[in-house]
Amino acid sequence: MTLLRDLFSIVAICAGGFFFLAGTVGLLRFPDMLTRLHALTKADNLGLGLIVLGLLPRVGSVLGGVKLVAVWALALLASACVSQVAARMGRLRDEP
Amino acid sequence: MPEFLFAAALFVLLMVAVGLLRILRGPTPADRMMAAQLLGTGGIAVLLLLAAATGEWTMADMGIFLALLAAFAAVALMAGADRS
Amino acid sequence: MSLGLDLLLAALMLGLAGWTVLGRDMFAAIAAFIAYGLLLGIVWVRVGALDVALTEAAVGGGVTGGLLIAAWARLRATAMVERKAGAGLAVLAALASLGVAVLLAAVVLHLPQPAPTLVPEAMANLAPTGLGNPVSATLMAWRALDTLLEKLVLLLALLGIWSVAPDAAWGARPAASVDRDGALTFLAQFLPPVGVVVGIYTVWTSADAPGGAFQGGTILAAMWLLAVRAGLADLPRVASRWLRLALVAGPAVFLAVGLAGFVLAGHFLAYPEAVAKPLIVLIEAPMILSIGVSLALMVAGPPVPKGDA
Repeated sequence: MTLLRDLFSIVAICAGGFFFLAGTVGLLRFPDMLTRLHALTKADNLGLGLIVLGLLPRVGSVLGGVKLVAVWALALLASACVSQVAARMGRLRDEP
Repeated sequence: MPEFLFAAALFVLLMVAVGLLRILRGPTPADRMMAAQLLGTGGIAVLLLLAAATGEWTMADMGIFLALLAAFAAVALMAGADRS
Repeated sequence: MSLGLDLLLAALMLGLAGWTVLGRDMFAAIAAFIAYGLLLGIVWVRVGALDVALTEAAVGGGVTGGLLIAAWARLRATAMVERKAGAGLAVLAALASLGVAVLLAAVVLHLPQPAPTLVPEAMANLAPTGLGNPVSATLMAWRALDTLLEKLVLLLALLGIWSVAPDAAWGARPAASVDRDGALTFLAQFLPPVGVVVGIYTVWTSADAPGGAFQGGTILAAMWLLAVRAGLADLPRVASRWLRLALVAGPAVFLAVGLAGFVLAGHFLAYPEAVAKPLIVLIEAPMILSIGVSLALMVAGPPVPKGDA
Protein backbone atom coordinates (compact mmCIF):
# COMPACT_ATOMS: atom_id res chain seq x y z
CA MET A 1 0.00 0.00 0.00
CA THR A 2 2.81 2.42 0.91
CA LEU A 3 4.59 1.42 -2.25
CA LEU A 4 1.52 2.18 -4.33
CA ARG A 5 1.10 5.53 -2.60
CA ASP A 6 4.74 6.47 -3.16
CA LEU A 7 4.52 5.40 -6.79
CA PHE A 8 1.46 7.62 -7.30
CA SER A 9 3.26 10.58 -5.69
CA ILE A 10 6.38 10.07 -7.79
CA VAL A 11 4.47 9.82 -11.07
CA ALA A 12 2.30 12.89 -10.37
CA ILE A 13 5.20 15.01 -9.08
CA CYS A 14 7.40 14.06 -12.04
CA ALA A 15 4.56 15.02 -14.40
CA GLY A 16 4.26 18.33 -12.52
CA GLY A 17 8.00 18.89 -12.85
CA PHE A 18 7.73 18.23 -16.57
CA PHE A 19 5.18 21.04 -16.95
CA PHE A 20 7.42 23.44 -15.02
CA LEU A 21 10.19 22.47 -17.45
CA ALA A 22 7.83 23.09 -20.38
CA GLY A 23 6.86 26.48 -18.95
CA THR A 24 10.47 27.55 -18.56
CA VAL A 25 11.43 26.32 -22.02
CA GLY A 26 8.49 28.35 -23.30
CA LEU A 27 9.73 31.43 -21.48
CA LEU A 28 13.16 31.00 -23.03
CA ARG A 29 12.08 30.14 -26.55
CA PHE A 30 8.90 32.05 -27.30
CA PRO A 31 9.36 35.23 -29.33
CA ASP A 32 6.99 37.76 -27.74
CA MET A 33 5.33 38.77 -24.49
CA LEU A 34 1.92 37.24 -25.17
CA THR A 35 3.27 33.78 -25.96
CA ARG A 36 5.61 33.89 -22.97
CA LEU A 37 2.71 34.87 -20.73
CA HIS A 38 0.79 31.93 -22.11
CA ALA A 39 3.67 29.54 -21.40
CA LEU A 40 4.05 30.78 -17.84
CA THR A 41 0.44 30.85 -16.71
CA LYS A 42 -0.79 27.69 -18.40
CA ALA A 43 2.11 25.29 -17.94
CA ASP A 44 3.18 26.35 -14.44
CA ASN A 45 -0.34 26.21 -13.04
CA LEU A 46 -0.84 22.73 -14.43
CA GLY A 47 2.53 21.76 -12.95
CA LEU A 48 1.49 23.09 -9.55
CA GLY A 49 -1.81 21.21 -9.79
CA LEU A 50 -0.05 17.92 -10.53
CA ILE A 51 2.39 18.44 -7.67
CA VAL A 52 -0.52 19.13 -5.30
CA LEU A 53 -2.19 15.97 -6.57
CA GLY A 54 0.98 14.00 -5.90
CA LEU A 55 1.28 15.38 -2.37
CA LEU A 56 -2.37 14.78 -1.40
CA PRO A 57 -1.93 11.17 -0.21
CA ARG A 58 0.96 12.29 2.01
CA VAL A 59 -0.84 15.03 3.97
CA GLY A 60 -2.38 12.66 6.48
CA SER A 61 -5.54 14.65 7.23
CA VAL A 62 -8.57 15.59 5.17
CA LEU A 63 -8.35 19.22 6.30
CA GLY A 64 -4.70 19.40 5.27
CA GLY A 65 -5.65 18.07 1.85
CA VAL A 66 -8.42 20.64 1.48
CA LYS A 67 -5.88 23.34 2.33
CA LEU A 68 -3.49 22.14 -0.38
CA VAL A 69 -6.25 22.12 -3.00
CA ALA A 70 -7.34 25.57 -1.80
CA VAL A 71 -3.81 26.91 -2.25
CA TRP A 72 -3.77 25.59 -5.80
CA ALA A 73 -7.23 26.96 -6.62
CA LEU A 74 -6.23 30.36 -5.25
CA ALA A 75 -3.01 30.43 -7.30
CA LEU A 76 -4.90 29.29 -10.39
CA LEU A 77 -7.66 31.89 -10.19
CA ALA A 78 -5.30 34.72 -9.29
CA SER A 79 -2.83 34.02 -12.06
CA ALA A 80 -5.60 33.58 -14.65
CA CYS A 81 -6.94 37.05 -13.84
CA VAL A 82 -3.53 38.69 -13.57
CA SER A 83 -2.35 37.27 -16.89
CA GLN A 84 -5.51 38.58 -18.57
CA VAL A 85 -4.84 42.09 -17.26
CA ALA A 86 -1.15 41.88 -18.20
CA ALA A 87 -1.92 40.70 -21.73
CA ARG A 88 -4.27 43.60 -22.33
CA MET A 89 -1.77 46.06 -20.90
CA GLY A 90 1.03 44.60 -23.02
CA ARG A 91 -1.01 44.83 -26.20
CA LEU A 92 -2.06 48.40 -25.52
CA ARG A 93 1.56 49.45 -25.07
CA ASP A 94 3.50 47.44 -27.57
CA GLU A 95 1.37 47.18 -30.66
CA PRO A 96 1.67 50.18 -32.91
CA MET B 1 10.94 9.53 -0.22
CA PRO B 2 12.11 12.80 1.41
CA GLU B 3 15.16 12.67 -0.85
CA PHE B 4 12.91 12.49 -3.90
CA LEU B 5 10.78 15.39 -2.65
CA PHE B 6 13.89 17.52 -2.02
CA ALA B 7 15.11 16.67 -5.52
CA ALA B 8 11.75 17.66 -7.00
CA ALA B 9 11.86 20.95 -5.06
CA LEU B 10 15.40 21.56 -6.32
CA PHE B 11 14.29 20.91 -9.91
CA VAL B 12 11.30 23.27 -9.71
CA LEU B 13 13.47 25.94 -8.06
CA LEU B 14 15.97 25.58 -10.90
CA MET B 15 13.17 26.09 -13.43
CA VAL B 16 11.99 29.16 -11.50
CA ALA B 17 15.54 30.54 -11.41
CA VAL B 18 16.09 30.15 -15.15
CA GLY B 19 12.65 31.61 -15.87
CA LEU B 20 13.28 34.58 -13.55
CA LEU B 21 16.52 35.52 -15.25
CA ARG B 22 14.81 35.40 -18.65
CA ILE B 23 11.78 37.40 -17.54
CA LEU B 24 13.68 40.17 -15.79
CA ARG B 25 15.51 40.95 -19.03
CA GLY B 26 12.20 42.21 -20.38
CA PRO B 27 11.80 43.90 -22.80
CA THR B 28 8.28 44.99 -21.80
CA PRO B 29 7.00 45.81 -18.29
CA ALA B 30 4.46 43.00 -18.74
CA ASP B 31 7.38 40.57 -19.12
CA ARG B 32 8.92 41.80 -15.88
CA MET B 33 5.61 41.67 -14.09
CA MET B 34 5.65 37.93 -14.74
CA ALA B 35 8.48 37.61 -12.18
CA ALA B 36 5.86 37.97 -9.45
CA GLN B 37 3.59 35.46 -11.17
CA LEU B 38 6.39 32.95 -11.60
CA LEU B 39 7.11 33.04 -7.87
CA GLY B 40 3.39 32.77 -7.20
CA THR B 41 3.22 29.35 -8.82
CA GLY B 42 6.81 28.06 -8.75
CA GLY B 43 7.43 29.36 -5.23
CA ILE B 44 4.30 27.64 -3.94
CA ALA B 45 5.32 24.38 -5.60
CA VAL B 46 8.77 24.55 -3.95
CA LEU B 47 7.19 25.34 -0.59
CA LEU B 48 4.66 22.51 -0.72
CA LEU B 49 7.35 20.02 -1.77
CA LEU B 50 9.52 21.20 1.13
CA ALA B 51 6.56 20.88 3.50
CA ALA B 52 6.06 17.28 2.38
CA ALA B 53 9.80 16.51 2.56
CA THR B 54 10.13 17.79 6.12
CA GLY B 55 6.64 16.82 7.26
CA GLU B 56 5.93 20.35 8.53
CA TRP B 57 2.61 21.08 6.90
CA THR B 58 2.23 24.49 8.59
CA MET B 59 4.41 25.66 5.70
CA ALA B 60 1.27 25.39 3.54
CA ASP B 61 0.06 28.60 5.25
CA MET B 62 2.99 30.34 3.64
CA GLY B 63 1.73 29.04 0.28
CA ILE B 64 -1.54 30.93 0.76
CA PHE B 65 0.46 34.06 1.60
CA LEU B 66 2.54 33.70 -1.55
CA ALA B 67 -0.55 33.24 -3.73
CA LEU B 68 -2.23 36.36 -2.33
CA LEU B 69 0.87 38.54 -2.38
CA ALA B 70 2.11 37.47 -5.80
CA ALA B 71 -1.25 38.53 -7.27
CA PHE B 72 -1.10 41.83 -5.37
CA ALA B 73 2.51 42.49 -6.42
CA ALA B 74 1.71 41.75 -10.08
CA VAL B 75 -1.24 44.15 -10.04
CA ALA B 76 0.86 46.80 -8.27
CA LEU B 77 3.64 46.46 -10.86
CA MET B 78 1.12 46.88 -13.68
CA ALA B 79 -0.41 49.90 -11.96
CA GLY B 80 3.03 51.51 -11.77
CA ALA B 81 3.84 50.79 -15.41
CA ASP B 82 0.41 52.13 -16.36
CA ARG B 83 0.70 55.39 -14.47
CA SER B 84 4.07 56.36 -15.87
CA MET C 1 19.84 16.96 -2.03
CA SER C 2 18.69 19.52 0.51
CA LEU C 3 22.17 21.05 0.45
CA GLY C 4 21.89 21.51 -3.33
CA LEU C 5 18.54 23.20 -2.83
CA ASP C 6 19.96 25.59 -0.24
CA LEU C 7 22.95 26.42 -2.43
CA LEU C 8 20.71 27.18 -5.41
CA LEU C 9 18.46 29.29 -3.18
CA ALA C 10 21.49 31.27 -1.95
CA ALA C 11 22.84 31.74 -5.48
CA LEU C 12 19.45 32.92 -6.70
CA MET C 13 19.14 35.39 -3.81
CA LEU C 14 22.58 36.83 -4.60
CA GLY C 15 21.70 37.06 -8.29
CA LEU C 16 18.44 38.88 -7.60
CA ALA C 17 20.14 41.20 -5.11
CA GLY C 18 22.78 42.03 -7.71
CA TRP C 19 20.11 42.66 -10.30
CA THR C 20 18.24 44.99 -7.97
CA VAL C 21 21.34 47.02 -7.15
CA LEU C 22 23.10 47.05 -10.51
CA GLY C 23 20.20 46.96 -13.00
CA ARG C 24 19.91 50.02 -15.23
CA ASP C 25 16.16 49.77 -15.74
CA MET C 26 14.49 50.84 -12.51
CA PHE C 27 11.24 48.99 -13.22
CA ALA C 28 13.19 45.75 -13.69
CA ALA C 29 15.06 46.47 -10.46
CA ILE C 30 11.76 46.82 -8.58
CA ALA C 31 10.40 43.61 -10.15
CA ALA C 32 13.62 41.85 -9.07
CA PHE C 33 13.25 43.30 -5.57
CA ILE C 34 9.72 41.91 -5.29
CA ALA C 35 10.91 38.50 -6.49
CA TYR C 36 13.74 38.80 -3.94
CA GLY C 37 11.24 39.49 -1.14
CA LEU C 38 8.98 36.56 -2.02
CA LEU C 39 11.97 34.24 -2.37
CA LEU C 40 13.49 35.44 0.90
CA GLY C 41 10.25 34.20 2.46
CA ILE C 42 11.15 30.70 1.26
CA VAL C 43 14.69 31.11 2.66
CA TRP C 44 13.22 31.92 6.08
CA VAL C 45 11.05 28.80 5.80
CA ARG C 46 14.24 26.81 5.13
CA VAL C 47 15.86 28.05 8.35
CA GLY C 48 12.72 27.15 10.28
CA ALA C 49 11.51 30.70 10.99
CA LEU C 50 7.98 30.60 9.64
CA ASP C 51 6.92 33.73 11.55
CA VAL C 52 9.67 35.73 9.86
CA ALA C 53 8.89 34.08 6.53
CA LEU C 54 5.30 35.31 6.59
CA THR C 55 6.45 38.82 7.53
CA GLU C 56 9.10 38.88 4.83
CA ALA C 57 6.74 37.76 2.07
CA ALA C 58 4.04 40.22 3.19
CA VAL C 59 6.22 43.24 3.86
CA GLY C 60 9.22 42.63 1.59
CA GLY C 61 7.41 41.16 -1.38
CA GLY C 62 4.05 42.88 -1.06
CA VAL C 63 3.91 46.26 0.60
CA THR C 64 7.50 47.47 0.12
CA GLY C 65 7.20 46.51 -3.54
CA GLY C 66 4.02 48.57 -3.82
CA LEU C 67 5.74 51.47 -2.04
CA LEU C 68 8.72 51.38 -4.42
CA ILE C 69 6.48 51.23 -7.49
CA ALA C 70 4.41 54.18 -6.27
CA ALA C 71 7.59 56.15 -5.58
CA TRP C 72 8.98 55.26 -9.00
CA ALA C 73 5.79 56.32 -10.81
CA ARG C 74 5.85 59.62 -8.91
CA LEU C 75 9.52 60.23 -9.71
CA ARG C 76 8.96 59.51 -13.38
CA ALA C 77 6.08 61.96 -13.47
CA THR C 78 8.42 64.68 -12.25
CA ALA C 79 11.34 63.46 -14.43
CA MET C 80 13.49 63.04 -11.32
CA VAL C 81 14.61 59.59 -12.44
CA GLU C 82 16.61 61.12 -15.29
CA ARG C 83 18.82 62.95 -12.84
CA LYS C 84 21.47 60.39 -11.93
CA ALA C 85 23.42 60.66 -8.72
CA GLY C 86 27.06 61.72 -9.20
CA ALA C 87 29.82 59.13 -9.35
CA GLY C 88 31.24 60.32 -6.03
CA LEU C 89 27.95 59.75 -4.25
CA ALA C 90 27.51 56.32 -5.86
CA VAL C 91 31.01 55.24 -4.74
CA LEU C 92 30.32 56.54 -1.24
CA ALA C 93 27.02 54.63 -1.03
CA ALA C 94 28.67 51.47 -2.34
CA LEU C 95 31.50 51.75 0.23
CA ALA C 96 29.06 52.33 3.08
CA SER C 97 26.96 49.31 2.02
CA LEU C 98 30.08 47.18 1.65
CA GLY C 99 31.24 48.27 5.11
CA VAL C 100 27.93 47.19 6.68
CA ALA C 101 28.01 43.87 4.81
CA VAL C 102 31.61 43.12 5.92
CA LEU C 103 30.79 44.03 9.52
CA LEU C 104 27.72 41.78 9.53
CA ALA C 105 29.66 38.91 8.00
CA ALA C 106 32.42 39.35 10.59
CA VAL C 107 29.91 39.31 13.43
CA VAL C 108 28.18 36.18 12.13
CA LEU C 109 31.48 34.38 11.58
CA HIS C 110 32.70 35.20 15.08
CA LEU C 111 29.62 33.99 16.94
CA PRO C 112 30.67 31.73 19.82
CA GLN C 113 30.00 28.00 19.40
CA PRO C 114 27.34 27.12 20.39
CA ALA C 115 25.62 30.43 19.68
CA PRO C 116 24.11 32.13 22.74
CA THR C 117 20.41 31.41 23.02
CA LEU C 118 17.43 32.32 25.18
CA VAL C 119 15.30 29.51 23.78
CA PRO C 120 15.30 27.27 26.91
CA GLU C 121 14.29 30.21 29.13
CA ALA C 122 11.62 31.27 26.65
CA MET C 123 10.12 27.80 26.52
CA ALA C 124 10.25 27.47 30.31
CA ASN C 125 8.35 30.74 30.80
CA LEU C 126 5.80 30.25 28.03
CA ALA C 127 2.98 28.92 30.23
CA PRO C 128 2.16 32.15 32.17
CA THR C 129 1.51 34.06 28.91
CA GLY C 130 -1.18 31.56 27.90
CA LEU C 131 0.37 31.42 24.41
CA GLY C 132 1.84 28.43 22.61
CA ASN C 133 4.03 30.32 20.15
CA PRO C 134 7.25 31.67 21.76
CA VAL C 135 7.63 34.27 18.99
CA SER C 136 4.23 35.77 19.79
CA ALA C 137 5.04 35.63 23.51
CA THR C 138 8.26 37.57 22.85
CA LEU C 139 6.50 40.19 20.75
CA MET C 140 3.40 40.63 22.89
CA ALA C 141 4.60 39.92 26.43
CA TRP C 142 8.35 39.95 27.09
CA ARG C 143 9.30 42.64 24.58
CA ALA C 144 5.90 44.34 24.32
CA LEU C 145 7.52 47.78 24.58
CA ASP C 146 9.45 47.19 21.33
CA THR C 147 6.26 46.10 19.61
CA LEU C 148 4.39 49.17 20.86
CA LEU C 149 7.15 51.51 19.65
CA GLU C 150 7.22 49.74 16.30
CA LYS C 151 3.55 50.57 15.78
CA LEU C 152 4.16 54.19 16.74
CA VAL C 153 6.99 54.35 14.19
CA LEU C 154 4.51 53.19 11.57
CA LEU C 155 2.23 56.13 12.44
CA LEU C 156 5.17 58.55 12.35
CA ALA C 157 6.14 57.26 8.90
CA LEU C 158 2.61 57.89 7.65
CA LEU C 159 2.70 61.42 9.10
CA GLY C 160 6.01 61.94 7.29
CA ILE C 161 4.43 60.92 3.99
CA TRP C 162 1.40 63.14 4.57
CA SER C 163 3.61 66.09 5.46
CA VAL C 164 4.93 66.36 1.89
CA ALA C 165 1.43 67.17 0.63
CA PRO C 166 0.93 70.75 -0.61
CA ASP C 167 -1.27 72.97 1.58
CA ALA C 168 -4.13 72.91 -0.89
CA ALA C 169 -4.29 69.10 -0.67
CA TRP C 170 -4.46 68.88 3.10
CA GLY C 171 -7.45 66.84 4.21
CA ALA C 172 -8.12 65.51 0.69
CA ARG C 173 -7.69 61.98 -0.65
CA PRO C 174 -4.49 60.34 -1.93
CA ALA C 175 -4.41 59.86 -5.70
CA ALA C 176 -5.70 56.49 -6.88
CA SER C 177 -4.97 55.15 -10.33
CA VAL C 178 -7.99 53.07 -11.28
CA ASP C 179 -8.19 50.41 -13.98
CA ARG C 180 -11.72 49.19 -14.69
CA ASP C 181 -10.65 46.07 -16.55
CA GLY C 182 -13.10 43.17 -16.35
CA ALA C 183 -10.59 40.55 -15.22
CA LEU C 184 -9.16 42.92 -12.62
CA THR C 185 -12.66 43.64 -11.30
CA PHE C 186 -13.24 39.92 -10.91
CA LEU C 187 -9.87 39.48 -9.16
CA ALA C 188 -10.68 42.38 -6.81
CA GLN C 189 -14.04 40.80 -6.05
CA PHE C 190 -12.92 37.33 -5.10
CA LEU C 191 -9.42 37.83 -3.67
CA PRO C 192 -10.16 40.37 -0.87
CA PRO C 193 -12.77 38.17 0.90
CA VAL C 194 -10.24 35.33 0.92
CA GLY C 195 -7.49 37.74 2.00
CA VAL C 196 -9.55 39.19 4.85
CA VAL C 197 -10.24 35.71 6.22
CA VAL C 198 -6.55 34.76 5.85
CA GLY C 199 -5.45 38.02 7.49
CA ILE C 200 -7.69 37.58 10.52
CA TYR C 201 -6.83 33.87 10.73
CA THR C 202 -3.14 34.81 10.76
CA VAL C 203 -3.67 36.98 13.83
CA TRP C 204 -5.95 34.49 15.55
CA THR C 205 -3.64 31.53 15.02
CA SER C 206 -0.54 33.48 16.10
CA ALA C 207 -1.22 32.52 19.73
CA ASP C 208 -0.11 28.97 19.02
CA ALA C 209 1.21 28.91 15.45
CA PRO C 210 3.28 31.20 13.22
CA GLY C 211 1.51 34.45 12.38
CA GLY C 212 0.78 37.82 13.94
CA ALA C 213 -0.87 41.20 13.66
CA PHE C 214 1.78 42.59 11.33
CA GLN C 215 1.48 39.77 8.81
CA GLY C 216 -2.31 39.81 8.96
CA GLY C 217 -2.51 43.60 8.75
CA THR C 218 -0.24 43.63 5.72
CA ILE C 219 -2.51 41.20 3.90
CA LEU C 220 -5.51 43.41 4.70
CA ALA C 221 -3.64 46.44 3.32
CA ALA C 222 -2.78 44.59 0.09
CA MET C 223 -6.40 43.50 -0.39
CA TRP C 224 -7.71 47.02 0.16
CA LEU C 225 -5.25 48.46 -2.37
CA LEU C 226 -6.32 45.79 -4.85
CA ALA C 227 -9.96 46.85 -4.49
CA VAL C 228 -8.93 50.51 -4.88
CA ARG C 229 -7.02 49.72 -8.06
CA ALA C 230 -10.09 48.02 -9.56
CA GLY C 231 -12.26 51.01 -8.64
CA LEU C 232 -14.33 48.98 -6.17
CA ALA C 233 -13.22 50.90 -3.09
CA ASP C 234 -12.26 54.51 -2.36
CA LEU C 235 -9.31 55.83 -0.44
CA PRO C 236 -10.51 57.92 2.51
CA ARG C 237 -9.90 61.65 2.90
CA VAL C 238 -6.95 62.01 5.27
CA ALA C 239 -9.09 64.35 7.40
CA SER C 240 -11.77 61.70 7.86
CA ARG C 241 -12.70 61.01 11.45
CA TRP C 242 -13.09 57.23 11.11
CA LEU C 243 -9.73 57.00 9.38
CA ARG C 244 -8.01 58.77 12.27
CA LEU C 245 -9.80 56.47 14.71
CA ALA C 246 -8.72 53.35 12.77
CA LEU C 247 -5.12 54.59 12.73
CA VAL C 248 -4.85 55.20 16.48
CA ALA C 249 -7.13 52.37 17.70
CA GLY C 250 -4.32 49.77 17.86
CA PRO C 251 -1.65 51.86 19.60
CA ALA C 252 -4.28 53.47 21.89
CA VAL C 253 -5.62 50.13 23.15
CA PHE C 254 -2.03 48.85 23.51
CA LEU C 255 -1.10 51.92 25.59
CA ALA C 256 -4.27 51.65 27.68
CA VAL C 257 -3.59 48.01 28.51
CA GLY C 258 0.05 48.88 29.19
CA LEU C 259 -0.92 51.64 31.63
CA ALA C 260 -3.47 49.36 33.27
CA GLY C 261 -0.51 47.08 33.94
CA PHE C 262 0.68 49.58 36.60
CA VAL C 263 -2.48 48.94 38.61
CA LEU C 264 -3.12 45.28 37.81
CA ALA C 265 0.35 43.75 37.72
CA GLY C 266 2.77 46.27 39.19
CA HIS C 267 4.44 47.82 36.15
CA PHE C 268 4.03 49.17 32.63
CA LEU C 269 2.97 46.58 30.02
CA ALA C 270 2.73 43.77 32.56
CA TYR C 271 -0.29 41.48 32.31
CA PRO C 272 -1.93 39.73 35.27
CA GLU C 273 -1.26 36.04 34.68
CA ALA C 274 -4.90 34.93 34.78
CA VAL C 275 -5.98 37.16 31.89
CA ALA C 276 -2.72 37.45 29.94
CA LYS C 277 -4.03 35.75 26.84
CA PRO C 278 -7.38 37.61 26.62
CA LEU C 279 -5.50 40.90 27.05
CA ILE C 280 -3.10 40.00 24.25
CA VAL C 281 -6.02 39.18 21.95
CA LEU C 282 -7.65 42.49 22.97
CA ILE C 283 -4.49 44.32 21.90
CA GLU C 284 -4.05 42.47 18.63
CA ALA C 285 -7.61 42.87 17.33
CA PRO C 286 -7.54 46.67 16.85
CA MET C 287 -3.85 46.43 15.98
CA ILE C 288 -4.50 44.47 12.79
CA LEU C 289 -6.88 47.25 11.68
CA SER C 290 -4.40 50.05 12.47
CA ILE C 291 -1.51 48.27 10.77
CA GLY C 292 -3.58 47.47 7.68
CA VAL C 293 -4.88 51.01 7.31
CA SER C 294 -1.52 52.72 7.91
CA LEU C 295 0.37 50.45 5.49
CA ALA C 296 -2.27 50.90 2.77
CA LEU C 297 -2.16 54.68 3.16
CA MET C 298 1.64 54.70 3.10
CA VAL C 299 1.57 52.94 -0.28
CA ALA C 300 -1.25 55.25 -1.49
CA GLY C 301 0.97 58.27 -0.82
CA PRO C 302 0.27 61.85 0.26
CA PRO C 303 -3.12 63.46 -0.46
CA VAL C 304 -3.47 65.44 -3.69
CA PRO C 305 -5.59 68.57 -4.29
CA LYS C 306 -9.17 67.93 -5.38
CA GLY C 307 -9.44 67.56 -9.14
CA ASP C 308 -5.91 66.15 -9.50
CA ALA C 309 -6.91 62.75 -8.17
